[in-house]
Amino acid sequence: MDFLTSVLDADPLIIARWQFGITTVYHFLMVPLTIGLGLLVAVFQTAWVRTGREHWLRMTKFWGKLFLINFIMGVATGIVQEFQFGMAWSEYSRFVGDVFGAPLAMEALLAFFVESTFLGLWIFGWDRLPKKVHLATIWCASLATILSAYFILVANSWMQHPVGTEIVEGRAVMTDVWAVFTNITALVTFPHTIAGAFAVAGAFLLGISWFHLHRRRAAGIDTVDDAGRVVVGEDPSHGRGRDRTDYRVWITSLRVGAAVAVVAFLGTAFTGHHQAQLMFEQQPMKMAAAEAACHDGTGFSVLTIGDLSSDGATTCDDVVAVYELPGLLSYLANGDFTTEIKGVNTLLPEYQEKYGTHLPDDPMYGDRAGQEINYLPLMEVTYWGFRMMITFGGIAAFAAAVALWLTRRGTVPGGKWVSRLAVLGIAAPFAANSAGWIFTEMGRQPFVVAPNPDFDGVDQVFMFTAAAVSPGVSAGELLFSTVALTSVYAALAVVELVLLTRYVRGGVGSAMPELGPAAGPDGDSGDDSDGAPGAHGGDDVLAFAY
Amino acid sequence: MEFLPTLWFILIAVLWAGYLFLEGFDLGVGMLLRGFARGESQRRVLINTIGPVWDGNEVWLLTAGGATFAAFPYWYASLFSALYVPLVLVLLALIFRAVAFEYRGKAHTALARSLWTWALCAGSYAAAFGIGALLALTTTGLPLDANGDRVGGAFAWFNGYAVLGGLAAVGFCLVHALAFLSLKTDGDIRRRTGRILRRALPAFAVPLAAWAAVVVDGHGRTAGWALLATAVVVLAGAWAAARGGREGWTFAGLGAFLLAGVAAIFVSVYPVVLPSTLDPAFDLTVQNASSTPYTLGVMSVVAAFGIPLVLAYQAWTYWVFRQRLSERHIPAPHPVRAIV
Ligand code: HDD
Ligand code: HEM
Ligand code: HEM
Repeated sequence: MDFLTSVLDADPLIIARWQFGITTVYHFLMVPLTIGLGLLVAVFQTAWVRTGREHWLRMTKFWGKLFLINFIMGVATGIVQEFQFGMAWSEYSRFVGDVFGAPLAMEALLAFFVESTFLGLWIFGWDRLPKKVHLATIWCASLATILSAYFILVANSWMQHPVGTEIVEGRAVMTDVWAVFTNITALVTFPHTIAGAFAVAGAFLLGISWFHLHRRRAAGIDTVDDAGRVVVGEDPSHGRGRDRTDYRVWITSLRVGAAVAVVAFLGTAFTGHHQAQLMFEQQPMKMAAAEAACHDGTGFSVLTIGDLSSDGATTCDDVVAVYELPGLLSYLANGDFTTEIKGVNTLLPEYQEKYGTHLPDDPMYGDRAGQEINYLPLMEVTYWGFRMMITFGGIAAFAAAVALWLTRRGTVPGGKWVSRLAVLGIAAPFAANSAGWIFTEMGRQPFVVAPNPDFDGVDQVFMFTAAAVSPGVSAGELLFSTVALTSVYAALAVVELVLLTRYVRGGVGSAMPELGPAAGPDGDSGDDSDGAPGAHGGDDVLAFAY
Repeated sequence: MEFLPTLWFILIAVLWAGYLFLEGFDLGVGMLLRGFARGESQRRVLINTIGPVWDGNEVWLLTAGGATFAAFPYWYASLFSALYVPLVLVLLALIFRAVAFEYRGKAHTALARSLWTWALCAGSYAAAFGIGALLALTTTGLPLDANGDRVGGAFAWFNGYAVLGGLAAVGFCLVHALAFLSLKTDGDIRRRTGRILRRALPAFAVPLAAWAAVVVDGHGRTAGWALLATAVVVLAGAWAAARGGREGWTFAGLGAFLLAGVAAIFVSVYPVVLPSTLDPAFDLTVQNASSTPYTLGVMSVVAAFGIPLVLAYQAWTYWVFRQRLSERHIPAPHPVRAIV
């Protein structure tokens, strides 16, 4: 009982933040795979339409199936996102709605409609649309997912760096829509996030294809000759599901996936560098916290120990940088090796002078009015979040480069452990993405809308997170929703993983029944007649049905 | 009367009407999975009549929500935070429903399949009821203070209007789905939907008409009464069409009934978007809840371009999938077997 009362007495703000963090990070597990895989499926289908070669069709269908299993979870969790600003963050919504609502509404009107409508056409349209029109539908859907990312990142970037805005009667008012949509923060965040999404899709293709090639070798279907080259075989006992084309499906997917992962990582590094430069100007405290840098300096910390907790304001001097790469931080932030980057000790007084030491005595802060403001984000999170993002991304890219080298003779090495690692490696870019967001968002604290220091006049367009939460919503309500959503999400994560595993283990046959065991070695289909326009009259059985 | 806020009030009414029109029948089809559909093969026919379009329909809800945020941030913030608990339930319902579409057919056991059927069916009921309640309350009022925040605790919103609105949405979804299925299927389902519509069509529409009547009566605007009368006449026409076996006219008639009913409601409440039951001085109105003219202007340009485009390609989708479905069109289930 004590526990219950203490929980219900908890600060609604803390629960609301946990809820937003959990639901958004969860949503962003589906998002990058949707973005990356969607476009790759469109590319595969284009290759099939242009060349007519069967392995492209099989790749389209197989990866398309996994794409859909994942996509639906992105939709389901996205609905929560759309409404929770109003539900849990009503003061925030009132303050920013004039600016922030616009990209959100445009995302729904210009991107989500296209995405959902054209995906429906793609899923059910195999036998009803002419081949090229059908191909166009997946392109529309997949480009719309990328467009939706742009809109939502415009919204998010405005919270990181408000532009095109002034304060009128206590709320943020849009004065220049063009400035909002070409916010420099959005322009670098967008490619960074998209590149991160392709890192996910690349590793996904790589891990799963590796697993299948390995299983083909383990089953003795493919062998390796004296020169180490693959000798492709087939296993008729599985119908056409494991024939020579099947081999091409996996080796092509593997190599495409590995190449995409490497290039995507380079993309994140390149754009990440620009982001660091911006962060140094726009949110210097986030940069300092990301480095756990108490004093001004130029080095990029490789390992720092000590008390990184958020009362770092008082304990910052206990933090010890064990090993630093001299000059690198300066390079990341400023492009040279000698610029001193301001540390926490220098920045804290600057922030206090500009934005106050205590929350104002304004009713919008409720019980929190008058509290002291801590301008230092949780350094454990920013410091390690930044490093986890880069490390996990780097590991995945390195592994992908090695994979490209190891498969140059046409198949994967026989080792069981390497295969397990390849499958496990799928998780690395997901982890990098989550770490990147957690770093970006928590590094912005205590602001929900971070002040824009290069704003004309005073940088007064900002909002403390403490003022953003819904005043009318109780801790109990928030707790109820957090527990309910988290448990439903956890259960659905299990369901999604089980389904993905089952479809992966079923091989291409799980997306193309005609290849399965039932069809037998000479079962017909899969070639060009499949999906051709008018192949089925109105009375035929549907090519696809739920 | 300010032009842009009024225009956006109308556009939001249009988005809600579009949502109720389109998702109306697909929520209803979800509800009919239990109690109407006979056996697995009929359930699959039902699901596949909306399979290609349900997600596109749901985006009308997201757009209505997003447009309210952009055009009337105060309305969005007050309404959604005041109805926190019921909205959480609506969200859970929509989550289960969405996932069930994709995962039901992939279930391996009869038990799992039946659980997904329930998720789809109960999710559809709960979502329709909750959204109906939300819309009713935004027309009849919530206990809001001067800042627009709900007072009186987590359930202070609850009253008879919430129930009426919930029933109105559920009833309309059911009847609209029956009309939709009679247009989109063949065989036993088509025969039975026709029979129910002939006998009982108006019964499903009573709560919606009652809600409209309550709102129209509360404000007593002539235009409201005129639209309500139109709605009732159109409803009678839809019933006549159902009795005459004219499936297309029945569906169109029900749609027109909905549009006229929603129009009656929105015309009556204007310019109040969310009344406060504590003090009329706290009412949120088209003027005091809206965004600035600049933002509304930008959004108007986007909407002028976006909404017709959406209507065009969604209409095309319905055309592509215009074929009637019956049990013989549904392919055998495809159990996925691990080969590795
Ligand atoms: C960088 C990309 C990105 C980010 C940061 C977010 N989303 Fe998302 N969202 C997508 C990228 C995306 C997507 C790729 O477009 C999804 C994923 C799966 C899908 O269906 O579309 C999607 C789905 C999706 C849907 C369902 C759309 C449908 O029914 O088709 C909604 C309502 C939202 N999102 C809303 C949000 C909100 C309000 C966010 C901010 C808190 C958010 N998303 C973060
Ligand atoms: C999808 C990628 C995103 C992830 C993983 C993410 C992650 C997070 C996390 C972890 C928090 C909690 C921070 C804390 O409490 O310290 C948070 C807060 C928040 N984020 Fe994001 N975020 C994402 C995108 C967005 C976008 C696109 C928006 C706006 C459009 C947004 C708006 C917010 C808001 C309003 C809060 C609540 C206030 C706060 O606690 O800071 N986020 N996010
Ligand atoms: C290799 C070097 C990388 C650098 C230098 C880098 C740099 C950055 C920086 C500075 C931010 C914070 C932006 C801000 O708060 O304003 C960020 C955010 C982020 N990073 Fe990275 N990053 C790298 C690699 C990666 C990789 C490999 C991934 C994923 C696979 C990734 C995913 C993300 C995500 C999702 C965010 C949050 C969204 C955003 O603000 O863009 N990053 N990155």
